[in-house]
Parts: sequence; structure tokens; C-alpha cells
Amino acid sequence: MAHIPDGVLTAPVLIGGALTTVAALTVALRRLDSERIPQVAVLSAAFFVSSLVSIPVGPGSVHLLLNGLMGAMLGWAAVPAILVALVLQAIFFGYGGLVVLGVNCINMVLPALICAALFGRRLRDVDSQNGFILGFLAGGLGVLLTGFMVASSIAFSNPDYLPAAKVMLFTYLPLMIVEAVVTGAAIGFARRVAPELLFLPER
Amino acid sequence: MELLVVSGRPGNWISLRDPRLRILIALGFALTIVSLRQVPLLLLALFFSVALVLSTGLSPSRIFRRLLVLEGFMLVLLLLLPFSVPGEAWFRLGPMTATWEGFQQAIVILLRANAIVLALLALVGTLEPVVLGHALSRLGVPDKLAHLFLFTVRYLGLLHDEYRRLHKAMLTRGFVARGNLHTWRSLGWLVGMLLVRSLERSQRIVAAMKCRGFNGRFYLLDGQHWHWADSLYALITVTVLSVLLLLDRVT
Repeated sequence: MAHIPDGVLTAPVLIGGALTTVAALTVALRRLDSERIPQVAVLSAAFFVSSLVSIPVGPGSVHLLLNGLMGAMLGWAAVPAILVALVLQAIFFGYGGLVVLGVNCINMVLPALICAALFGRRLRDVDSQNGFILGFLAGGLGVLLTGFMVASSIAFSNPDYLPAAKVMLFTYLPLMIVEAVVTGAAIGFARRVAPELLFLPER
Repeated sequence: MELLVVSGRPGNWISLRDPRLRILIALGFALTIVSLRQVPLLLLALFFSVALVLSTGLSPSRIFRRLLVLEGFMLVLLLLLPFSVPGEAWFRLGPMTATWEGFQQAIVILLRANAIVLALLALVGTLEPVVLGHALSRLGVPDKLAHLFLFTVRYLGLLHDEYRRLHKAMLTRGFVARGNLHTWRSLGWLVGMLLVRSLERSQRIVAAMKCRGFNGRFYLLDGQHWHWADSLYALITVTVLSVLLLLDRVT
């Protein structure tokens, strides 16, 4: 849903995306403990499979982005997890492209990190009971911010794309609502069934 | 693993080449194509990509299914471009005027995107995911990232099966996906259950790995060898891509 294909963006946006992705990745990998890699990998495989589920909305259907949820649950480890998912989607499913990989990655990673900062700690708070609300906010905000990032990377590339970028933002609204409800339900469920899932170390 | 495997005909000429070469060619091709501006050259590039795909023995129906998935918002961009780019009038639709220049830009985007996706699918998508992970590691991708890639690929198939089991269980109980709150909440629980199961699995995996002495280092064993023929192919690719770039600038 947030995959910009190759051939749309101009060089400055592509280079900017690649550089910021590399910077975020460097920080994230430094903070990722080698012993946690199997755990992060299994969870990111679960997120990947979940994003393949098509969810009916009105006449059509959408696929989840799940970057808000990944950020809140995995913290910085969401950066390499999202990158791996995008690489797999580009190479084996033909979503997105190769040169835009950096832009597509930072468009999803930055919202994930913001959700991590906003909701990560509260999600790990044993006393708070509002699992659904936290998941709802993280899911919705993740999609909203990603929509903004995608629209602005297109609008920055070429002023002629501006009208399309504005319309594009509206196509994210249904996904935002659905994702908020789905991730809210997922977090509420996890809190009741396996609270330890939410108390994974953030680093 | 059936989720990711896009196997072509075994023993075709691409499968004999070093995986690193295939990744590098795909990257060089993509970098070249995004800087081309002339429609005839882009058509030529698309022709290359189609030929490449056909030569790998991928079944045309599968390719068609995986051919550039135009997502909703990209469709918006391509449809609006003729109206937002100023230039010579093509046709009028109510208050808006479509221009040839805008139409041409939309075509350029479509050609570039499809040429790159097809080449990527043929060159890299036909690799075994594990081989791809090893090749990426040998190309200098940081160790932790390569390990994460390999582990993720390893568990994708398992979790996909898990998902199908859970989904089948829902269907058996009479679940029908519709666009309503009940569906979304139920699917949310499905996602939650998938995460819970994966956490349990990952704890078993980590424990088993620690029992075997895992200390954070992961040794990659593979038999990738760079042949002289790989260098030859690299040379040919560089030449062809340079010619494309030159033609784009000169004409």
C-alpha cells in the first residue's frame, strides 16, 4: 500500500531517502543485540504474513502496513525488520522497486519510530489497561504518517505531482481506520492472552 | 517456503551465474532505467526485461500476476498526470484539460517501473531466498541485517502455514470476511494470535540455539564462486547500459 514504484521520484528525493534509511539502519543495528535477532526475525515474519491478509472495506479491500504496531512493539529493531520485509516484497512480489527502496523504507520507518517513542513505554506499562486504545492509536498514526511521507516524497519530486499527492492522502483514510481497529484488537488480545508479548525489551 | 519461491526452469543460463552478479546487474539496470527519459529507449529496456523473464522459463501467467502491482494511489498519480502537467492540449474533460506532455510522463513512469520490476523478478526473484541472503552478506550488507534476513526467510513459510491453519479454523466456525467492525476485530485477533504463536516459537528457537552454543555469530556456509564468465557478463552489461545512457543523452 505504501510502495512507490521505480521511475516516479527524482534523484534528490531518492538520494535523501537512501541516506536517511542508511542512517536509521546504522543506529538500529548498533542497538540490536545479536541474541535478539531470532526473536525479531520470527516476529517480523509474523508481521509480514499479517500484511498479506486482505481486509474487506466497502467495495474493495486493503492490506495492513503494521509499521505503527511494529514500532511500538519492537522499538528500533523495527527498522531492519521493515527493510527486510520491503526487500522481500520488492524482489518476490514485485511491490515497489529497487532504487526507491530507501525512500519506501524511510516512509515506513520514521512513523514506526515515532510510534515507538509515543507508545512504546506505555505499551510496556503493566498497570495500564487500555491495550485496545494504544494499539488503535499506534496503528492509525502509523498509517497517517506513512501517507503523509508517501505523498510528500511524491510532491517534492515534481510540482506536477502535487494534485495527485493530495488525492492520494485521501486513499489512506479507509486503511487508517481499518488498521487502527485491527491493531487495537490485536494488542487488546495480546494483553489478555500473552502479556509477555508486549514486554519485549525495547532496545 | 512456497510463499517466496519463484523457480524458473532449472539449468537455464541465469541460474548458472553467480548470485552476486545477478544482484549487481539488477541494481545497475535499475539505476540506468530511472535516468532514461526517451520513450523508445525505455521500450527497448522493457523488451530486454521481457526477454530476460522469458529466458528464465518463468510461466507467463505467473509473471502477469506479479507484473507491477499498481496500487490504488499510483493509479491516481498516473490518471491525474495528464491533467496536472502543463503543455499542448490533448482532450478536455469538463473543466480539465489533458496534455500530451502529461500523458508522456505517465507512460515513461509505467515503462520504467515495469522494466525494472520484470528484470528484478527474473534476475533476483528466481534465486532461493537463502542463497540471496548469503549473496547479500558477501556483497557487504552488515552481518546483523543479513542474519535477520535469513532468519525471517526461514520462518516466513512456517508462519504462513500457521496463519492458514488459524484462518481455516475461523472459516470452519462460519467466519465470513465482510467490511464491518466484527470482521476487522476478528482479523485483529487473528493477527494477535499469530504474534503470540510466533513469540512462543521464537523462545523455543532461541533456547535451542543457545543449547547448541549460539553466541551471536552465525557462520554462512555456501559455495558461491565467481567465474570468469561472470566477469564477462558484467562487462557486457556495463557496455549495454552505457550505450543506453549515451543514446538517451545524445538524441
